[in-house]
Amino acid sequence: MTDWITGHPALLVTILKIVVMLFLLLTAVAYAVWFERKLIAHIQSRWGPYRVGPHGLLQPLADGLKFFFKEDIMLGTVTSRFIYLLAPFLAVTLALLAVAVVPFGPGEFSLFGTRSGLYIADINIGVLFILAVTSLGVYSIALAGWSSNSKYPLIGGLRSSAQMISYELALTFSVIGVLLLGGSLSLRELIAAQAGHWGGVVPRWFLFPQFVAFVCFFVSSVAEANRLPFDLPEAETELVAGFHTEYSSIKFAMFFIAEYAHLFTASFLVTILFLGGWLSPFPETGAWAATHFLPPVVTAGLAVVFFRGVFRLREMWHRALMGVIGLGLLAVAGLLLAQPALLEVVQGPFWFLGKTALLLFCMIWIRGTLPRFRYDQLMAFGWKFLVPVAVLNVVVTSFLVAWQGRG
Amino acid sequence: MTPEAILFFVFGGLAVLGALNLILQRHPIHSALSLILVMASLAVLYLLLGAEFIAAIQVIVYAGAIMVLFVFVIMLLNAGEEERTNLSRTAKYLGVPLGGLLLIELAYLVYWGSPHTVVQPDRFVGRTGLVGELLFKDFVLPFELTSILILIAILGAIVLAKKEL
Repeated sequence: MTDWITGHPALLVTILKIVVMLFLLLTAVAYAVWFERKLIAHIQSRWGPYRVGPHGLLQPLADGLKFFFKEDIMLGTVTSRFIYLLAPFLAVTLALLAVAVVPFGPGEFSLFGTRSGLYIADINIGVLFILAVTSLGVYSIALAGWSSNSKYPLIGGLRSSAQMISYELALTFSVIGVLLLGGSLSLRELIAAQAGHWGGVVPRWFLFPQFVAFVCFFVSSVAEANRLPFDLPEAETELVAGFHTEYSSIKFAMFFIAEYAHLFTASFLVTILFLGGWLSPFPETGAWAATHFLPPVVTAGLAVVFFRGVFRLREMWHRALMGVIGLGLLAVAGLLLAQPALLEVVQGPFWFLGKTALLLFCMIWIRGTLPRFRYDQLMAFGWKFLVPVAVLNVVVTSFLVAWQGRG
Repeated sequence: MTPEAILFFVFGGLAVLGALNLILQRHPIHSALSLILVMASLAVLYLLLGAEFIAAIQVIVYAGAIMVLFVFVIMLLNAGEEERTNLSRTAKYLGVPLGGLLLIELAYLVYWGSPHTVVQPDRFVGRTGLVGELLFKDFVLPFELTSILILIAILGAIVLAKKEL
Protein backbone atom coordinates (compact mmCIF):
# COMPACT_ATOMS: atom_id res chain seq x y z
CA MET A 1 0.00 0.00 0.00
CA THR A 2 2.74 2.46 0.98
CA ASP A 3 4.64 1.55 -2.19
CA TRP A 4 1.61 2.29 -4.25
CA ILE A 5 1.12 5.65 -2.54
CA THR A 6 4.72 6.75 -3.05
CA GLY A 7 4.45 5.52 -6.65
CA HIS A 8 1.49 7.76 -7.43
CA PRO A 9 2.22 11.12 -5.80
CA ALA A 10 0.11 13.04 -8.33
CA LEU A 11 -2.95 10.93 -7.50
CA LEU A 12 -2.40 11.45 -3.78
CA VAL A 13 -2.06 15.21 -4.19
CA THR A 14 -5.27 15.31 -6.25
CA ILE A 15 -7.22 13.35 -3.65
CA LEU A 16 -5.90 15.66 -0.94
CA LYS A 17 -6.92 18.69 -2.99
CA ILE A 18 -10.42 17.27 -3.50
CA VAL A 19 -10.85 16.71 0.25
CA VAL A 20 -9.63 20.20 1.14
CA MET A 21 -11.75 21.75 -1.63
CA LEU A 22 -14.89 19.88 -0.52
CA PHE A 23 -14.39 21.00 3.07
CA LEU A 24 -13.83 24.62 2.07
CA LEU A 25 -16.71 24.67 -0.39
CA LEU A 26 -19.24 23.10 1.98
CA THR A 27 -18.22 25.51 4.74
CA ALA A 28 -18.48 28.40 2.29
CA VAL A 29 -21.94 27.17 1.25
CA ALA A 30 -23.07 27.04 4.89
CA TYR A 31 -21.82 30.56 5.51
CA ALA A 32 -23.28 31.83 2.24
CA VAL A 33 -26.67 30.86 3.69
CA TRP A 34 -25.85 32.84 6.83
CA PHE A 35 -24.62 35.78 4.74
CA GLU A 36 -27.77 35.73 2.62
CA ARG A 37 -30.13 35.58 5.60
CA LYS A 38 -28.24 38.39 7.32
CA LEU A 39 -28.10 40.60 4.22
CA ILE A 40 -31.74 40.07 3.24
CA ALA A 41 -32.73 40.81 6.83
CA HIS A 42 -30.83 44.09 6.83
CA ILE A 43 -32.30 45.02 3.43
CA GLN A 44 -35.74 44.47 4.97
CA SER A 45 -34.88 46.28 8.26
CA ARG A 46 -34.70 43.11 10.35
CA TRP A 47 -31.87 41.59 12.39
CA GLY A 48 -31.71 38.15 10.85
CA PRO A 49 -30.13 35.22 12.75
CA TYR A 50 -28.93 36.58 16.10
CA ARG A 51 -29.41 33.90 18.75
CA VAL A 52 -26.92 31.14 17.97
CA GLY A 53 -23.49 32.58 18.63
CA PRO A 54 -22.48 36.22 18.18
CA HIS A 55 -24.46 37.74 15.28
CA GLY A 56 -25.81 34.26 14.57
CA LEU A 57 -22.37 33.11 13.41
CA LEU A 58 -22.99 29.54 14.59
CA GLN A 59 -26.41 29.37 12.92
CA PRO A 60 -25.11 27.29 9.93
CA LEU A 61 -23.81 24.69 12.40
CA ALA A 62 -27.17 24.55 14.19
CA ASP A 63 -28.98 24.30 10.83
CA GLY A 64 -26.74 21.46 9.74
CA LEU A 65 -27.34 19.49 12.95
CA LYS A 66 -31.06 20.09 12.63
CA PHE A 67 -31.08 18.72 9.07
CA PHE A 68 -29.39 15.54 10.28
CA PHE A 69 -31.71 14.91 13.22
CA LYS A 70 -35.03 15.68 11.55
CA GLU A 71 -37.25 12.74 10.71
CA ASP A 72 -36.66 11.50 7.19
CA ILE A 73 -40.09 11.03 5.66
CA MET A 74 -40.62 9.22 2.38
CA LEU A 75 -44.23 8.86 1.38
CA GLY A 76 -45.34 5.54 -0.02
CA THR A 77 -46.94 7.34 -2.94
CA VAL A 78 -43.70 8.23 -4.73
CA THR A 79 -43.72 7.20 -8.38
CA SER A 80 -40.32 5.54 -8.28
CA ARG A 81 -38.19 5.12 -5.17
CA PHE A 82 -35.00 4.92 -7.21
CA ILE A 83 -35.58 8.21 -9.01
CA TYR A 84 -36.89 9.88 -5.85
CA LEU A 85 -33.61 9.05 -4.09
CA LEU A 86 -31.46 9.72 -7.16
CA ALA A 87 -32.65 13.31 -7.56
CA PRO A 88 -31.06 14.97 -4.48
CA PHE A 89 -27.92 12.86 -4.92
CA LEU A 90 -27.60 14.01 -8.54
CA ALA A 91 -28.23 17.63 -7.53
CA VAL A 92 -25.42 17.80 -5.00
CA THR A 93 -22.94 15.76 -7.08
CA LEU A 94 -23.32 17.87 -10.21
CA ALA A 95 -23.24 21.13 -8.28
CA LEU A 96 -19.96 20.20 -6.56
CA LEU A 97 -18.41 18.66 -9.69
CA ALA A 98 -18.32 21.97 -11.55
CA VAL A 99 -15.83 23.44 -9.06
CA ALA A 100 -13.25 20.79 -10.02
CA VAL A 101 -11.90 22.80 -12.96
CA VAL A 102 -11.94 26.27 -11.40
CA PRO A 103 -8.41 27.74 -11.11
CA PHE A 104 -8.12 29.94 -8.02
CA GLY A 105 -4.71 31.43 -8.70
CA PRO A 106 -1.62 31.31 -10.89
CA GLY A 107 0.58 30.11 -8.03
CA GLU A 108 2.11 26.65 -7.85
CA PHE A 109 3.22 24.61 -4.89
CA SER A 110 5.27 21.48 -4.36
CA LEU A 111 3.88 18.54 -2.42
CA PHE A 112 5.18 14.95 -2.20
CA GLY A 113 7.64 15.79 -4.97
CA THR A 114 5.05 16.84 -7.56
CA ARG A 115 4.29 20.38 -8.60
CA SER A 116 0.67 21.33 -8.75
CA GLY A 117 -1.43 24.47 -8.91
CA LEU A 118 -4.41 25.97 -7.14
CA TYR A 119 -6.97 23.86 -8.99
CA ILE A 120 -8.12 20.24 -8.91
CA ALA A 121 -7.99 19.60 -12.65
CA ASP A 122 -6.60 21.75 -15.43
CA ILE A 123 -8.37 20.69 -18.63
CA ASN A 124 -8.34 22.23 -22.08
CA ILE A 125 -12.10 22.61 -22.25
CA GLY A 126 -12.80 24.04 -18.79
CA VAL A 127 -15.57 26.36 -19.98
CA LEU A 128 -17.40 23.56 -21.78
CA PHE A 129 -16.98 21.25 -18.79
CA ILE A 130 -18.69 23.70 -16.45
CA LEU A 131 -21.46 24.39 -18.99
CA ALA A 132 -22.00 20.64 -19.51
CA VAL A 133 -22.15 19.85 -15.80
CA THR A 134 -24.49 22.73 -14.97
CA SER A 135 -26.73 21.86 -17.90
CA LEU A 136 -27.22 18.40 -16.40
CA GLY A 137 -28.36 19.95 -13.12
CA VAL A 138 -31.89 20.40 -14.46
CA TYR A 139 -32.50 16.63 -14.24
CA SER A 140 -32.30 16.65 -10.47
CA ILE A 141 -35.07 19.24 -10.27
CA ALA A 142 -37.22 17.72 -13.02
CA LEU A 143 -36.90 14.20 -11.62
CA ALA A 144 -37.54 15.33 -8.04
CA GLY A 145 -40.70 17.04 -9.23
CA TRP A 146 -41.86 14.06 -11.23
CA SER A 147 -41.06 11.26 -8.79
CA SER A 148 -42.75 13.00 -5.83
CA ASN A 149 -46.11 12.16 -7.45
CA SER A 150 -47.69 15.32 -6.14
CA LYS A 151 -49.14 18.39 -7.86
CA TYR A 152 -46.91 21.21 -6.67
CA PRO A 153 -43.57 19.46 -7.18
CA LEU A 154 -44.64 18.38 -10.67
CA ILE A 155 -45.51 21.95 -11.67
CA GLY A 156 -42.21 23.11 -10.16
CA GLY A 157 -40.26 20.49 -12.10
CA LEU A 158 -42.00 21.37 -15.37
CA ARG A 159 -41.39 25.08 -14.90
CA SER A 160 -37.76 24.40 -14.09
CA SER A 161 -37.16 22.33 -17.24
CA ALA A 162 -38.74 24.97 -19.47
CA GLN A 163 -36.81 27.76 -17.77
CA MET A 164 -33.47 25.96 -17.91
CA ILE A 165 -33.81 25.17 -21.62
CA SER A 166 -34.72 28.78 -22.39
CA TYR A 167 -31.96 30.47 -20.41
CA GLU A 168 -29.24 27.98 -21.28
CA LEU A 169 -29.32 29.28 -24.85
CA ALA A 170 -28.65 32.86 -23.77
CA LEU A 171 -26.01 31.64 -21.31
CA THR A 172 -24.08 29.67 -23.93
CA PHE A 173 -24.36 32.34 -26.62
CA SER A 174 -23.04 35.05 -24.30
CA VAL A 175 -19.95 32.94 -23.55
CA ILE A 176 -19.06 32.74 -27.27
CA GLY A 177 -18.09 36.43 -27.44
CA VAL A 178 -15.56 35.93 -24.65
CA LEU A 179 -14.20 32.76 -26.28
CA LEU A 180 -13.70 34.66 -29.57
CA LEU A 181 -11.67 37.37 -27.81
CA GLY A 182 -9.77 34.93 -25.60
CA GLY A 183 -9.13 32.38 -28.35
CA SER A 184 -9.23 29.41 -25.99
CA LEU A 185 -11.54 27.11 -24.06
CA SER A 186 -9.12 26.72 -21.16
CA LEU A 187 -10.05 28.76 -18.10
CA ARG A 188 -6.41 29.50 -17.29
CA GLU A 189 -5.70 30.77 -20.79
CA LEU A 190 -8.86 32.88 -20.79
CA ILE A 191 -7.70 34.59 -17.59
CA ALA A 192 -4.20 35.04 -19.00
CA ALA A 193 -5.72 36.74 -22.06
CA GLN A 194 -7.19 39.43 -19.79
CA ALA A 195 -3.83 40.53 -18.31
CA GLY A 196 -2.62 44.10 -18.75
CA HIS A 197 -4.21 47.54 -18.60
CA TRP A 198 -5.59 50.02 -21.13
CA GLY A 199 -3.78 53.33 -20.77
CA GLY A 200 -2.02 51.92 -17.73
CA VAL A 201 -5.17 52.23 -15.58
CA VAL A 202 -8.22 50.32 -16.82
CA PRO A 203 -7.73 46.54 -16.57
CA ARG A 204 -8.10 44.65 -19.88
CA TRP A 205 -10.94 42.53 -18.57
CA PHE A 206 -13.53 41.16 -20.97
CA LEU A 207 -16.12 43.02 -18.90
CA PHE A 208 -15.53 46.20 -20.92
CA PRO A 209 -15.46 44.98 -24.56
CA GLN A 210 -18.11 42.34 -23.77
CA PHE A 211 -20.40 44.32 -21.50
CA VAL A 212 -23.56 43.15 -23.30
CA ALA A 213 -22.45 39.54 -22.96
CA PHE A 214 -21.69 40.16 -19.28
CA VAL A 215 -25.23 41.37 -18.60
CA CYS A 216 -26.76 38.45 -20.56
CA PHE A 217 -24.52 35.94 -18.82
CA PHE A 218 -25.14 37.29 -15.34
CA VAL A 219 -28.92 37.37 -15.78
CA SER A 220 -29.03 33.89 -17.31
CA SER A 221 -26.83 32.39 -14.61
CA VAL A 222 -29.13 33.81 -11.93
CA ALA A 223 -31.99 32.17 -13.85
CA GLU A 224 -30.07 28.88 -14.14
CA ALA A 225 -29.52 28.89 -10.38
CA ASN A 226 -33.32 29.20 -9.94
CA ARG A 227 -33.04 32.27 -7.76
CA LEU A 228 -35.27 35.28 -7.39
CA PRO A 229 -36.49 36.92 -9.61
CA PHE A 230 -36.42 33.63 -11.54
CA ASP A 231 -37.37 31.22 -8.75
CA LEU A 232 -40.66 30.07 -10.31
CA PRO A 233 -39.74 26.37 -9.82
CA GLU A 234 -40.01 26.87 -6.07
CA ALA A 235 -42.28 29.91 -5.87
CA GLU A 236 -43.41 29.55 -2.26
CA THR A 237 -46.53 31.69 -2.62
CA GLU A 238 -47.97 29.42 -5.31
CA LEU A 239 -46.25 26.05 -5.10
CA VAL A 240 -45.60 25.56 -1.34
CA ALA A 241 -41.89 24.77 -1.90
CA GLY A 242 -41.93 23.73 -5.56
CA PHE A 243 -39.92 20.72 -6.61
CA HIS A 244 -38.64 19.84 -3.13
CA THR A 245 -41.99 19.99 -1.32
CA GLU A 246 -41.99 16.23 -0.64
CA TYR A 247 -38.37 16.06 0.56
CA SER A 248 -37.36 16.26 4.19
CA SER A 249 -34.34 16.06 6.44
CA ILE A 250 -30.94 15.54 4.82
CA LYS A 251 -32.44 14.98 1.36
CA PHE A 252 -33.87 18.48 1.49
CA ALA A 253 -30.52 19.76 2.73
CA MET A 254 -28.86 18.25 -0.35
CA PHE A 255 -31.05 20.37 -2.64
CA PHE A 256 -30.23 23.33 -0.45
CA ILE A 257 -26.47 22.72 -0.71
CA ALA A 258 -26.79 22.25 -4.47
CA GLU A 259 -28.57 25.56 -4.90
CA TYR A 260 -25.92 27.51 -3.05
CA ALA A 261 -23.08 25.60 -4.73
CA HIS A 262 -24.64 26.65 -8.06
CA LEU A 263 -24.50 30.21 -6.83
CA PHE A 264 -20.78 29.82 -6.20
CA THR A 265 -20.19 28.18 -9.59
CA ALA A 266 -22.02 31.01 -11.32
CA SER A 267 -19.95 33.61 -9.46
CA PHE A 268 -16.71 31.74 -10.23
CA LEU A 269 -17.58 31.59 -13.92
CA VAL A 270 -18.49 35.29 -14.16
CA THR A 271 -15.24 36.13 -12.33
CA ILE A 272 -13.17 34.05 -14.75
CA LEU A 273 -14.89 35.07 -17.98
CA PHE A 274 -15.49 38.77 -17.38
CA LEU A 275 -13.61 40.02 -14.32
CA GLY A 276 -10.13 38.71 -15.05
CA GLY A 277 -10.17 35.79 -12.57
CA TRP A 278 -7.22 36.01 -10.22
CA LEU A 279 -5.76 39.16 -11.84
CA SER A 280 -5.46 42.26 -9.69
CA PRO A 281 -7.46 45.27 -10.95
CA PHE A 282 -4.44 47.50 -10.26
CA PRO A 283 -1.28 47.83 -12.40
CA GLU A 284 1.94 46.36 -11.02
CA THR A 285 4.05 49.44 -11.64
CA GLY A 286 4.90 52.56 -9.62
CA ALA A 287 2.89 53.49 -6.56
CA TRP A 288 0.30 50.83 -7.52
CA ALA A 289 2.71 48.16 -6.25
CA ALA A 290 1.52 49.08 -2.74
CA THR A 291 -1.75 47.25 -3.54
CA HIS A 292 0.33 44.10 -3.18
CA PHE A 293 -0.16 44.46 0.56
CA LEU A 294 -3.94 44.56 0.35
CA PRO A 295 -4.50 40.93 1.52
CA PRO A 296 -2.86 41.43 4.97
CA VAL A 297 -4.44 44.89 5.31
CA VAL A 298 -7.94 43.54 4.57
CA THR A 299 -7.39 40.62 6.98
CA ALA A 300 -6.27 43.04 9.70
CA GLY A 301 -9.32 45.21 8.97
CA LEU A 302 -11.58 42.19 9.45
CA ALA A 303 -9.79 41.47 12.72
CA VAL A 304 -10.64 45.00 13.90
CA VAL A 305 -14.31 44.38 13.07
CA PHE A 306 -14.24 41.24 15.22
CA PHE A 307 -12.41 43.02 18.07
CA ARG A 308 -15.21 45.63 18.13
CA GLY A 309 -17.55 42.79 19.02
CA VAL A 310 -15.44 41.99 22.09
CA PHE A 311 -16.49 45.29 23.65
CA ARG A 312 -20.04 45.47 22.34
CA LEU A 313 -21.63 42.05 22.81
CA ARG A 314 -23.50 41.14 25.96
CA GLU A 315 -22.66 37.49 26.59
CA MET A 316 -19.19 36.58 27.79
CA TRP A 317 -18.65 33.57 25.49
CA HIS A 318 -19.73 35.62 22.48
CA ARG A 319 -17.06 38.16 23.41
CA ALA A 320 -14.46 35.43 23.83
CA LEU A 321 -15.34 33.86 20.46
CA MET A 322 -15.07 37.19 18.65
CA GLY A 323 -11.72 37.83 20.36
CA VAL A 324 -10.32 34.44 19.34
CA ILE A 325 -11.43 34.86 15.69
CA GLY A 326 -9.97 38.39 15.68
CA LEU A 327 -6.64 37.15 17.05
CA GLY A 328 -6.59 34.37 14.46
CA LEU A 329 -7.15 36.84 11.62
CA LEU A 330 -4.46 39.13 13.04
CA ALA A 331 -2.05 36.19 13.16
CA VAL A 332 -2.81 35.41 9.49
CA ALA A 333 -2.17 39.05 8.56
CA GLY A 334 1.15 38.99 10.42
CA LEU A 335 2.17 35.73 8.76
CA LEU A 336 1.42 37.21 5.31
CA LEU A 337 3.57 40.26 6.09
CA ALA A 338 6.42 38.13 7.43
CA GLN A 339 6.50 35.67 4.51
CA PRO A 340 6.81 37.42 1.11
CA ALA A 341 6.58 34.06 -0.72
CA LEU A 342 3.25 33.31 0.97
CA LEU A 343 1.99 36.82 0.16
CA GLU A 344 2.82 36.13 -3.49
CA VAL A 345 0.81 32.89 -3.56
CA VAL A 346 -2.14 34.50 -1.79
CA GLN A 347 -2.51 37.35 -4.33
CA GLY A 348 -4.39 35.22 -6.88
CA PRO A 349 -6.93 33.61 -4.53
CA PHE A 350 -7.40 36.96 -2.73
CA TRP A 351 -8.60 38.77 -5.85
CA PHE A 352 -10.47 35.74 -7.18
CA LEU A 353 -12.44 35.24 -3.97
CA GLY A 354 -12.87 38.99 -3.52
CA LYS A 355 -14.56 39.27 -6.90
CA THR A 356 -16.63 36.16 -6.19
CA ALA A 357 -17.80 37.65 -2.88
CA LEU A 358 -18.78 40.88 -4.67
CA LEU A 359 -20.85 38.93 -7.23
CA LEU A 360 -22.44 36.87 -4.45
CA PHE A 361 -23.38 40.10 -2.72
CA CYS A 362 -24.95 41.38 -5.96
CA MET A 363 -26.99 38.19 -6.41
CA ILE A 364 -28.33 38.39 -2.86
CA TRP A 365 -28.97 42.10 -3.34
CA ILE A 366 -31.02 41.30 -6.45
CA ARG A 367 -33.00 38.75 -4.45
CA GLY A 368 -33.70 41.32 -1.76
CA THR A 369 -34.79 43.96 -4.24
CA LEU A 370 -36.73 42.48 -7.16
CA PRO A 371 -40.14 40.81 -7.16
CA ARG A 372 -40.71 37.50 -8.91
CA PHE A 373 -41.41 37.37 -12.65
CA ARG A 374 -44.72 36.14 -13.96
CA TYR A 375 -44.28 32.96 -16.02
CA ASP A 376 -45.09 34.56 -19.40
CA GLN A 377 -42.80 37.51 -18.60
CA LEU A 378 -40.01 35.04 -17.82
CA MET A 379 -40.40 33.27 -21.16
CA ALA A 380 -40.78 36.50 -23.14
CA PHE A 381 -37.71 38.03 -21.49
CA GLY A 382 -35.61 34.95 -22.20
CA TRP A 383 -36.63 34.29 -25.79
CA LYS A 384 -37.49 37.75 -27.10
CA PHE A 385 -34.79 39.78 -25.39
CA LEU A 386 -31.84 37.81 -23.98
CA VAL A 387 -31.38 35.28 -26.81
CA PRO A 388 -31.53 37.84 -29.68
CA VAL A 389 -29.21 40.23 -27.84
CA ALA A 390 -26.72 37.44 -27.10
CA VAL A 391 -26.78 36.25 -30.75
CA LEU A 392 -26.32 39.82 -31.98
CA ASN A 393 -23.35 40.17 -29.64
CA VAL A 394 -21.78 37.03 -31.13
CA VAL A 395 -22.24 38.36 -34.70
CA VAL A 396 -20.83 41.81 -33.91
CA THR A 397 -17.90 40.38 -31.95
CA SER A 398 -16.98 37.89 -34.68
CA PHE A 399 -17.01 40.64 -37.31
CA LEU A 400 -14.81 42.86 -35.16
CA VAL A 401 -12.39 40.02 -34.41
CA ALA A 402 -12.20 39.08 -38.11
CA TRP A 403 -11.73 42.75 -39.06
CA GLN A 404 -8.82 43.09 -36.67
CA GLY A 405 -7.33 39.97 -38.24
CA ARG A 406 -7.00 38.15 -34.97
CA GLY A 407 -9.22 35.22 -35.85
CA MET B 1 -4.51 -3.52 -18.35
CA THR B 2 -3.84 0.17 -18.74
CA PRO B 3 -6.16 2.64 -16.96
CA GLU B 4 -7.46 3.68 -20.40
CA ALA B 5 -8.47 0.11 -21.21
CA ILE B 6 -10.23 -0.29 -17.86
CA LEU B 7 -12.12 2.97 -18.41
CA PHE B 8 -13.02 1.87 -21.94
CA PHE B 9 -14.51 -1.43 -20.77
CA VAL B 10 -16.34 0.17 -17.83
CA PHE B 11 -17.97 2.91 -19.90
CA GLY B 12 -18.43 0.77 -23.00
CA GLY B 13 -20.24 -1.75 -20.79
CA LEU B 14 -22.32 1.01 -19.21
CA ALA B 15 -23.32 2.24 -22.66
CA VAL B 16 -24.43 -1.24 -23.73
CA LEU B 17 -26.28 -1.86 -20.45
CA GLY B 18 -27.97 1.53 -20.71
CA ALA B 19 -29.04 0.82 -24.27
CA LEU B 20 -30.48 -2.57 -23.27
CA ASN B 21 -32.26 -1.02 -20.30
CA LEU B 22 -33.66 1.66 -22.61
CA ILE B 23 -35.49 -1.00 -24.63
CA LEU B 24 -36.46 -3.29 -21.77
CA GLN B 25 -37.84 -0.69 -19.35
CA ARG B 26 -41.57 -0.22 -19.51
CA HIS B 27 -41.74 3.28 -18.13
CA PRO B 28 -40.80 6.13 -20.52
CA ILE B 29 -38.92 8.10 -17.81
CA HIS B 30 -36.70 5.12 -17.04
CA SER B 31 -36.03 4.67 -20.75
CA ALA B 32 -35.14 8.36 -21.09
CA LEU B 33 -32.76 8.14 -18.12
CA SER B 34 -31.10 5.07 -19.66
CA LEU B 35 -30.60 7.03 -22.86
CA ILE B 36 -28.90 9.81 -20.85
CA LEU B 37 -26.60 7.17 -19.37
CA VAL B 38 -25.75 5.98 -22.90
CA MET B 39 -25.00 9.56 -24.00
CA ALA B 40 -22.78 10.21 -20.99
CA SER B 41 -20.88 6.94 -21.48
CA LEU B 42 -20.35 7.78 -25.15
CA ALA B 43 -18.96 11.16 -24.08
CA VAL B 44 -16.41 9.38 -21.89
CA LEU B 45 -15.47 7.13 -24.83
CA TYR B 46 -14.89 10.23 -26.98
CA LEU B 47 -12.76 11.61 -24.17
CA LEU B 48 -10.65 8.43 -24.20
CA LEU B 49 -10.09 8.97 -27.93
CA GLY B 50 -8.75 12.45 -27.14
CA ALA B 51 -11.73 14.32 -28.60
CA GLU B 52 -12.40 16.56 -25.60
CA PHE B 53 -14.45 19.07 -27.55
CA ILE B 54 -16.76 16.44 -29.06
CA ALA B 55 -17.19 14.86 -25.62
CA ALA B 56 -18.24 18.14 -24.03
CA ILE B 57 -20.59 18.99 -26.91
CA GLN B 58 -22.07 15.48 -26.66
CA VAL B 59 -22.99 16.11 -23.03
CA ILE B 60 -24.18 19.70 -23.55
CA VAL B 61 -26.30 19.06 -26.64
CA TYR B 62 -27.64 15.53 -26.16
CA ALA B 63 -27.69 14.98 -22.40
CA GLY B 64 -28.16 18.63 -21.45
CA ALA B 65 -30.63 19.89 -24.03
CA ILE B 66 -32.32 17.24 -26.16
CA MET B 67 -32.94 14.74 -23.37
CA VAL B 68 -34.26 17.53 -21.13
CA LEU B 69 -36.92 18.10 -23.79
CA PHE B 70 -37.69 14.36 -23.84
CA VAL B 71 -38.08 14.28 -20.06
CA PHE B 72 -40.11 17.49 -20.19
CA VAL B 73 -42.56 16.06 -22.71
CA ILE B 74 -42.88 12.75 -20.80
CA MET B 75 -43.61 14.68 -17.61
CA LEU B 76 -46.02 17.07 -19.33
CA LEU B 77 -48.05 14.26 -20.91
CA ASN B 78 -47.72 12.21 -17.72
CA ALA B 79 -47.10 9.13 -19.85
CA GLY B 80 -47.79 5.93 -17.95
CA GLU B 81 -46.26 2.48 -18.29
CA GLU B 82 -46.35 0.91 -21.70
CA GLU B 83 -48.20 -2.30 -22.31
CA ARG B 84 -46.29 -5.25 -23.66
CA THR B 85 -47.75 -6.59 -26.90
CA ASN B 86 -46.70 -9.44 -29.12
CA LEU B 87 -44.64 -8.74 -32.21
CA SER B 88 -46.69 -7.39 -35.07
CA ARG B 89 -46.58 -9.28 -38.37
CA THR B 90 -44.38 -6.62 -40.03
CA ALA B 91 -41.96 -6.72 -37.14
CA LYS B 92 -41.83 -10.51 -37.16
CA TYR B 93 -41.25 -11.06 -40.88
CA LEU B 94 -39.42 -7.85 -41.85
CA GLY B 95 -37.96 -6.25 -38.72
CA VAL B 96 -36.24 -9.21 -37.10
CA PRO B 97 -34.45 -10.46 -40.27
CA LEU B 98 -33.39 -6.91 -41.22
CA GLY B 99 -32.11 -6.28 -37.70
CA GLY B 100 -30.14 -9.52 -37.86
CA LEU B 101 -28.74 -8.52 -41.24
CA LEU B 102 -27.59 -5.17 -39.84
CA LEU B 103 -25.88 -6.95 -36.96
CA ILE B 104 -24.06 -9.33 -39.33
CA GLU B 105 -23.06 -6.39 -41.49
CA LEU B 106 -21.63 -4.51 -38.50
CA ALA B 107 -19.79 -7.57 -37.28
CA TYR B 108 -18.34 -8.11 -40.75
CA LEU B 109 -17.19 -4.51 -40.98
CA VAL B 110 -15.61 -4.57 -37.55
CA TYR B 111 -13.74 -7.86 -38.03
CA TRP B 112 -12.91 -8.17 -41.71
CA GLY B 113 -14.25 -5.27 -43.73
CA SER B 114 -12.47 -2.04 -42.94
CA PRO B 115 -8.72 -1.92 -42.49
CA HIS B 116 -7.85 -1.24 -38.88
CA THR B 117 -7.25 2.47 -38.75
CA VAL B 118 -5.37 3.74 -35.76
CA VAL B 119 -6.82 6.92 -34.36
CA GLN B 120 -4.24 9.54 -33.56
CA PRO B 121 -5.41 10.74 -30.18
CA ASP B 122 -3.24 13.86 -30.24
CA ARG B 123 -4.80 15.25 -33.35
CA PHE B 124 -7.77 16.93 -31.73
CA VAL B 125 -6.55 17.56 -28.19
CA GLY B 126 -7.14 21.18 -27.26
CA ARG B 127 -7.57 22.17 -30.89
CA THR B 128 -11.17 23.16 -31.32
CA GLY B 129 -10.18 25.07 -34.46
CA LEU B 130 -9.62 21.77 -36.29
CA VAL B 131 -13.23 20.77 -35.75
CA GLY B 132 -14.34 24.10 -37.17
CA GLU B 133 -12.03 23.80 -40.16
CA LEU B 134 -13.33 20.32 -40.99
CA LEU B 135 -16.91 21.47 -40.55
CA PHE B 136 -16.69 24.64 -42.64
CA LYS B 137 -14.19 23.58 -45.31
CA ASP B 138 -14.24 19.85 -46.04
CA PHE B 139 -17.81 19.12 -44.94
CA VAL B 140 -19.47 22.45 -45.65
CA LEU B 141 -22.13 21.01 -47.97
CA PRO B 142 -23.45 18.35 -45.55
CA PHE B 143 -23.28 20.95 -42.78
CA GLU B 144 -25.39 23.47 -44.69
CA LEU B 145 -27.82 20.77 -45.84
CA THR B 146 -28.32 19.69 -42.23
CA SER B 147 -28.97 23.31 -41.25
CA ILE B 148 -31.67 23.60 -43.93
CA LEU B 149 -33.18 20.31 -42.81
CA ILE B 150 -33.38 21.54 -39.21
CA LEU B 151 -34.87 24.85 -40.39
CA ILE B 152 -37.58 22.97 -42.29
CA ALA B 153 -38.28 20.88 -39.20
CA ILE B 154 -38.65 24.04 -37.10
CA LEU B 155 -41.02 25.58 -39.67
CA GLY B 156 -43.03 22.35 -39.73
CA ALA B 157 -43.31 22.35 -35.94
CA ILE B 158 -44.53 25.96 -35.94
CA VAL B 159 -47.12 25.23 -38.65
CA LEU B 160 -48.40 22.19 -36.74
CA ALA B 161 -48.53 24.12 -33.46
CA LYS B 162 -50.40 27.05 -35.08
CA LYS B 163 -53.03 24.70 -36.46
CA GLU B 164 -53.92 23.63 -32.94
CA LEU B 165 -54.53 27.16 -31.70
